[in-house]
Amino acid sequence: MKVYADNAATTAMSQTAIQAMLPYFDKIYGNPSSLHSIGQEAKEALENARATVAQCLGCEPREILFTSGGSEADNQAIISAARFGARMGKKHIITTAFEHHAVLHTLNRLEKEGFEVTYLDVSHGHNITAQQVKDAIRPDTALVTVMYANNEIGSILPIPEIGAICKAAGVTFHTDAVQAVGHLHINVREQNIDMLSLSGHKFHGPKGVGALYVRKGFPLVNIIEGGAQERGKRAGTENIPGICGMAAAMKEACDNIDKNMPKVAAMRDKLIAGLSQIPHCALNGDPVNRLPGNVSFCFEGIEGESLLLFLDAKGISASSGSACTSGSLDPSHVLLAIGRVHDVAHGSLRLSLSEYNTMEEMDHILTAVPEVVQYLRNMSPVWRDLQTGKRTYIL
Amino acid sequence: MALYSEKVMDHLMHPRNVGILEDADGVGEVGNAKCGDIMKIYLKIENDIIVDVKFETFGCGSAIASSSMATEMIKGKSIHDAMALTNKAVTEALDGLPAHKIHCSVLAEEAIKNALRDYYDRHNIPYDPADFPDCEHCEHCH
Repeated sequence: MKVYADNAATTAMSQTAIQAMLPYFDKIYGNPSSLHSIGQEAKEALENARATVAQCLGCEPREILFTSGGSEADNQAIISAARFGARMGKKHIITTAFEHHAVLHTLNRLEKEGFEVTYLDVSHGHNITAQQVKDAIRPDTALVTVMYANNEIGSILPIPEIGAICKAAGVTFHTDAVQAVGHLHINVREQNIDMLSLSGHKFHGPKGVGALYVRKGFPLVNIIEGGAQERGKRAGTENIPGICGMAAAMKEACDNIDKNMPKVAAMRDKLIAGLSQIPHCALNGDPVNRLPGNVSFCFEGIEGESLLLFLDAKGISASSGSACTSGSLDPSHVLLAIGRVHDVAHGSLRLSLSEYNTMEEMDHILTAVPEVVQYLRNMSPVWRDLQTGKRTYIL
Repeated sequence: MALYSEKVMDHLMHPRNVGILEDADGVGEVGNAKCGDIMKIYLKIENDIIVDVKFETFGCGSAIASSSMATEMIKGKSIHDAMALTNKAVTEALDGLPAHKIHCSVLAEEAIKNALRDYYDRHNIPYDPADFPDCEHCEHCH
């Protein structure tokens, strides 16, 4: 049985999204900037897609900027807010310790330029509270940028509460909502979000396309210079097939959100309940405020990459935050940020589900994972030391 | 293209010589859990010949495959041959490893050397400490 359980990495495209893209490859292939009718037809498709995305987020079409993906949107949002803040002498930014690298590395760059960044602690409940944000805001705070939901451990952050706090304090609020869009109810107006990043391929749309919502009037800085596309804020001929595919996938996801959420959450809960039975393991992430499709565990005494390879051999595609899966020496910064020590962070497993998964697949996972964990523990000198008392259990 | 060669996958999926030797003549352990890989080698030695070898590994796929291949390469061989086993030979026998996984083969070489040193120590056999460098290739340990 083949089970794709790595939907937080990327998703299979929906047929709706594929069909929505096809006309724009070889029939309506014009450049939206062209005057002729085939160009103007592409332009119309672009604006229809913009309206669709805006409707899903509860904003105006002119507040949507299409990008190459979530990373670009994160970069542009953060750089823009930093430049705007600096003009008013504000050079302090608030974020969390478990953001995506698209956010963290952009902030690292700003730190080198003299910005000060507060990284909110996420070790309590594997989440932050709105109060932490409130307490961190200073007169010189230019931006609060916190993710909507964490990609590795699934914690959903208290975005509406943070939005209200930022609004009251007059601080720009950006959220990296790459893991949330299409999976959770989002309304940027009601939730007081000034900027929001999203990526098409996390909700059954195509790769290489994303969007940035920017509240009307906020001064954006260009990351890519060139032509006057996207109201002059993002140069480059628009990826019309990608944009149309993403909009179609987003509409489909948002239209079906109330049906998909409980279905996916039921599969998640089955996995969490089943895998919790494995001795000396721990669930990563907020157990209550959690993405419907996220299951993340650490298993003591084993290493994540070998776990993934054995699961792959059993037809299961999953991911891990172990160092060996990243090519770096350290395990995932997210797992370290929530307080997992290196020894157990290496033994992490993330299973991320979508509505395309089935309960039968969950049964297969629940058979395979405990088998593989036990098999690897049986050849692990760490596990032997734990069992013989030479080493103390952490989990 | 796959991440690992067929040889690596074969030794990972069907590792040879997994386990422990209760009556081992030499035991060597290298790596640490913080870094995500530990290798432990058990040797049974008779008349300077490695008559049995077992391993336990906590680590990634290439660490397990390197241990398995290395044990196969020294089983039945003389101590002299086992001392001469290099990480390069292990890597080549596995038809190569990705660049950032080479250190796994280094661990295998060093685990075997540690086990041999343990054998020498236990049997009061003199040796040149220079033959047993401390994990010098392994950036994990620094």
